[in-house]
Amino acid sequence: MGYLPHTVQDIKKMLDAVGVERVEDLFEDVPESVRYPSILLPDGLSQMEVAGLLEAVSQENVPGAKTANFLGAGAYNHFVPPVVDHVLSRGEFYTAYTPYQPEVSQGTLQAVFEYQSMICALTGMEVSNASHYDGATALAEAVILALNQFRGKRRKIVLCPGVHPEYRQVVHTYTQGMGLVIVGESDCYVDVGRITGSIDENTALVAVQVPDFFGEVNPLTPVVDAAHAHGALVCVVADPISLGMLKPPGWYGVDIVVGEGQGLGIPLSFGGPYLGFFTTREKYVRRMAGRLVGETTDRDGEPGYVLTLSTREQHIKRDRASSNICTNQGLMALAAAVYLSVMGKYGLREVAELCYHKSHYAAGEIDKLAGYELLSRNPFVKEFVIQCPIPVEEINHHLLHEYDIVGGFDLEQIYPDRVNQMLVAVTEMNSKLEIDDLVQGLSEVSG
Amino acid sequence: MKEPLIYDLSSPGRHGVTMPEPDVPLTELPADLLRDDLDLPEVSEIDVVRHYLRLSQRNYAVDRGFYPLGSCTMKYNPKLNEDMARLPGFAAVHPYQPLETIQGALAVMYEVQQWLGELSGFDGISLQPAAGAHGELTGVLMMRRYHLDRGDEKRTKILIPDSAHGTNPASTTMSGLNVVEIPSDDRGNIDLGALRAECDNTVAGIMITNPSTLGLFDENLEAVIAMIHDCGGLVYGDGANFNALMGIVRPGDLGFDVMHFNLHKTFATPHGGGGPGSGPVGCLAHLSPYLPGPIVGANLDENGEHMPGDYYLTMPQKTIGRVKAFYGQFGVIVRAFAYVLVCGSDGLRHASEMAVLAANYLRVRLRDTYHVPYDRVSMHEFVAEGHFADAPDIHALDISKRLIDYGFHPPTNYFPLIVPEALMIEPTETESIETLDAFAEAMLAIAREAREQPELLHDAPHSAPVKRLDEVAAAKNLILCCRPVFNVDEGK
Repeated sequence: MGYLPHTVQDIKKMLDAVGVERVEDLFEDVPESVRYPSILLPDGLSQMEVAGLLEAVSQENVPGAKTANFLGAGAYNHFVPPVVDHVLSRGEFYTAYTPYQPEVSQGTLQAVFEYQSMICALTGMEVSNASHYDGATALAEAVILALNQFRGKRRKIVLCPGVHPEYRQVVHTYTQGMGLVIVGESDCYVDVGRITGSIDENTALVAVQVPDFFGEVNPLTPVVDAAHAHGALVCVVADPISLGMLKPPGWYGVDIVVGEGQGLGIPLSFGGPYLGFFTTREKYVRRMAGRLVGETTDRDGEPGYVLTLSTREQHIKRDRASSNICTNQGLMALAAAVYLSVMGKYGLREVAELCYHKSHYAAGEIDKLAGYELLSRNPFVKEFVIQCPIPVEEINHHLLHEYDIVGGFDLEQIYPDRVNQMLVAVTEMNSKLEIDDLVQGLSEVSG
Repeated sequence: MKEPLIYDLSSPGRHGVTMPEPDVPLTELPADLLRDDLDLPEVSEIDVVRHYLRLSQRNYAVDRGFYPLGSCTMKYNPKLNEDMARLPGFAAVHPYQPLETIQGALAVMYEVQQWLGELSGFDGISLQPAAGAHGELTGVLMMRRYHLDRGDEKRTKILIPDSAHGTNPASTTMSGLNVVEIPSDDRGNIDLGALRAECDNTVAGIMITNPSTLGLFDENLEAVIAMIHDCGGLVYGDGANFNALMGIVRPGDLGFDVMHFNLHKTFATPHGGGGPGSGPVGCLAHLSPYLPGPIVGANLDENGEHMPGDYYLTMPQKTIGRVKAFYGQFGVIVRAFAYVLVCGSDGLRHASEMAVLAANYLRVRLRDTYHVPYDRVSMHEFVAEGHFADAPDIHALDISKRLIDYGFHPPTNYFPLIVPEALMIEPTETESIETLDAFAEAMLAIAREAREQPELLHDAPHSAPVKRLDEVAAAKNLILCCRPVFNVDEGK
């Protein structure tokens, strides 16, 4: 029953010291009428039984391990080098708290400092914080940074329809009490001209995604120029694996880069825990949310690391803090740091190029099929859109049951004009054999 | 000995992981979009392993020893739970897979929703919030929406006791509501007179941490809740301290309308050096339609039994919206699931009882040496003062740093703000009496040193990987990144 070390004698000794007879006596402040309710939970089981039970429940899922997976749409099946989970499994890392006591938290602090440095290198930005819950909440915090930068005087946010639909929903949730106008997202297709046309003097932030939700790399410069011409900030939602080959948003002069870091060594795990990364320019660092690790020295002049600029944060500023965030995704940031270290300068480029070649091969082959058409017209790295002859759900059913393939994302669910359109993700994990099976499977359901 | 940065271990041309050659025909790369430099380390795998292993050894952690960090519930993190979350059937599942392929994941989430509801007396649960503060934001947005839906637009005030975590007022501001602080009385309870003065038709609600951050069960709780409800407000519970109450009392029975849980405190999931946490939100029926989602539903047969294959995702009818992408911190939820299965209802209640007993044991062992300002039966933690009249130069910080030399993690210090030189001590139920005694002995020894050899405390820690760090310099001369930044124009 549980994980408790106390013997009957220990309990007696402690009760005696406290001066009460029974444990129940410690709860006299709890109103008697509701004290000690009956709780209908299962009885405790042995670890052996629980392991067997969970193994069985887990097998009611069909994991990517058993199938070829062509689903992306914000969560990707990338290779995780074994070293990542071995480091994460160190009790010294995963059973530590937020590093409030820096002298005994140098491991976590230095790892986060390295994470911040590598994320800056990846995005081409100047400062990174220690993480957010996920890409969606990182975007919501970018919106809040922009609002604060203009001290609430600018009330408009331009959200490109190519930003992940769930991220946009989270922005709406976070800002529902702030009286904002959010425009630009009603279209089903990305039109850079329409985005730039909706930016004005009341716009605090323009948010676009590169590659966008449909996988395409749209030109960034017109958006940055239009936003800056009106004094608005630009936030790019970026895919960290694609940044292995693409020029980073920082080089285009954007103000904030956020994104989902799941691809950096973090398993799919049914949607979480993931990693929101957040980077910006040094001039906005004091408006940034979240933890920041900075370098300093100790009393002997030796280098060390501490949480810094905490005067932005809730435990100091309370109702005037830049955000309410406290616990973040520390261990996931460590995963990303280990991943980026071991992949390094060359490995990440190789991963990105593998995605590129494989996805282009798949797209080309599908485009040749009768009834199918590749719709992506701009460059893409690992995801593209195909027009299918029949509903995507029917196709995916066929792929799953005949080929053990998890097919792509059904865009019509979110974008009603995109009838029978499938968003296909191909990563380094998909072999040519799997791709050929996918193409074969698609060819059999050509309507 | 210091550990170099991973970049300092770099050697040009060195590779870590090698990826396979492409097995498909190559496609020409889009030259004008490509970066010509990626400033990541060039290290081998063994460099990475040794570097991060050495860094790990510069951390204190629950797996090393006693971590009585008040308000954080640093209980043991069972290893079984780690293995379970890593089962391929959980770890390798994509969130958008077809329903028929995710029934196991949905079953776990459904059960955890049900169990949290049973333990707390709430009718609705959403597992989506990612951490405690995220749950607070969720709960306050739900309260706001509830009032607006009833056309009650003037309720913009959230009352927050002065002992609350900073996240409470910060979450309120993010929700677009205003904070009004309520003082504590001389027994550490919410001051009823001050509360009464604020109770009017502009109150959206109150945020109560119970047990409070003083570790006390508020003796005025029933009166406080009645007063808020009488003026039309709602009661939010900050469940950070739920570890004192499992099977002891259900917040829903006490009249709380909505509350978040911290799976990473109460349900033994690891803190990860600052996350991931998980902050599910529970509420009574009148707030259930506002929960964020999707949440998991089950089709039940006529006996109330749910059938395999019958779990689905659903959005509550008047939802405040999503608070994150996908469904929640699923890997954390699996760990909590395994924890509850091992403990069962009796084990959870016993855990809370032992957490409370351990805190009271330490309180009585230390109270003659360290002033305990609200010295009555505590819940799972208590707050002492880290200063002595006859050693005026010694502060809570010095005592905390000296504890490191004795092999313990310091308690939370300087919080709650209403206690001067606060040392907030939470032993948790997973520590043996021998550990508690050793900690008490260390605290008593430090109190003697404070008088006899105060420099031992001022210069502490002596045994940590680094000496006391200059936090002021870190904020003044910001170094947040160890790499040079590309000039924007050059990059283009």
